[in-house]
Amino acid sequence: MYQTTYHRASSVYEAASLFAKGSESKFLAGGQTLLPVMKQRLAGPSDVIDLGRIKELQGVDLSGDTLTIKAATTYYDIMTNADVKQAIPAIAYLTSVLGDPAVRYRGTIGGSIANNDPAADFPAALLALGATVKTNKRSIAADDFFQGLFTTALEDGEIITAVSFPVPAKAGYEKMRHPASRFALTGVFVAQTKSGEVRVAATGASQTGVMRVGAIEAALKANWSPSAIDSVSISASGLLADIHGTAEYRANLVKVMAQRAVAAAG
Amino acid sequence: MSTVKLTVNGKAVAVDVEDRTLLVQLLRDHLNLTGTHVGCDTSQCGACVVHMDGRAVKSCTMLAGQADGASITTIEGIAKGDELHPMQAAFRDNHGLQCGYCTPGMIMSAIDIVQRHGGQLDEATVRHELEGNICRCTGYHNIVKAVLDAAGRMKVAQAAE
Repeated sequence: MYQTTYHRASSVYEAASLFAKGSESKFLAGGQTLLPVMKQRLAGPSDVIDLGRIKELQGVDLSGDTLTIKAATTYYDIMTNADVKQAIPAIAYLTSVLGDPAVRYRGTIGGSIANNDPAADFPAALLALGATVKTNKRSIAADDFFQGLFTTALEDGEIITAVSFPVPAKAGYEKMRHPASRFALTGVFVAQTKSGEVRVAATGASQTGVMRVGAIEAALKANWSPSAIDSVSISASGLLADIHGTAEYRANLVKVMAQRAVAAAG
Repeated sequence: MSTVKLTVNGKAVAVDVEDRTLLVQLLRDHLNLTGTHVGCDTSQCGACVVHMDGRAVKSCTMLAGQADGASITTIEGIAKGDELHPMQAAFRDNHGLQCGYCTPGMIMSAIDIVQRHGGQLDEATVRHELEGNICRCTGYHNIVKAVLDAAGRMKVAQAAE
């Protein structure tokens, strides 16, 4: 790891001003991605601003039909939260199959979406549920937030403070887990909003990161059942291909994971 | 350089380290607590697992500074004098180790698993929960047996307290 200067911020305001003072600052939340990347010397921030202990970034709030998860809430705390389990159990399930127990104790929802790894789980949940990302400057719709591989709408120094999810009528998530990294080889999140809209998002599939799957949305809108997806055809064009799976294999996984997710959603 | 103040195995310590120091380096290189191992150094193998404020974390994937103010328990801190922790005793009795390299991390993760699940543990749960700890010798069979055995012992020990 290159030399760096570590700062622990006690408020979002302090974090933003510490960030601005460094020549090449990076925010650190759980560190489950940033630290491995720094150890490989693929990143060498001059200053690391720790958001992990900021109290105003911790916790979950369920108010009416909106579930808000603050940005530095860990996967473990999301997974075990009673409001999450009651309002959107698919999110509790998603966190239970994310990483391993030690990673779940440290990793955070804000860190996951700010990094926007093309195979991360949470981007699929945000996109399918039509979530809103709250930052210290503005609110950003999930549709506008994810902008390709490791790229988001965040400006330099902007801090995610929370994610708000509209509570859906039904939602489910299933993924084919990579056996070593536990990232999604492909994962699909399906959601039916209370007004009857259907949104489906796949992660680990597209070369440009998390994506909506319009063909499956149309099929499920007509008939919310796993069998409705039987006749859908997913093109392999533009999908990821690597030693773990071909683009054709991932195209098939999009369908199969969507069917399992619908079955899980009920 | 920064001074990191933390409690390790019940003792308050203050250590001057470079900001880029990992928690595992602080434990091993500065406090000579070499029971915590570095296996993969890429957050996958779990040989470096310690408890921070009661939660099992990978100490190779934390800066020492992130642990400032925290209470850390390592493999050296779980036995009571000469009396092994029930998890250590169960690993010995069930032959839950061969080379022993992964064992400190396995035991720290396993204690966390039992603490979270209490009496609800079954084999499938133990196998799922041990996904962050890699063993290259045993095939996991005796490790899983040891964790289930220890879960019973820890329940008995808790009831006696």
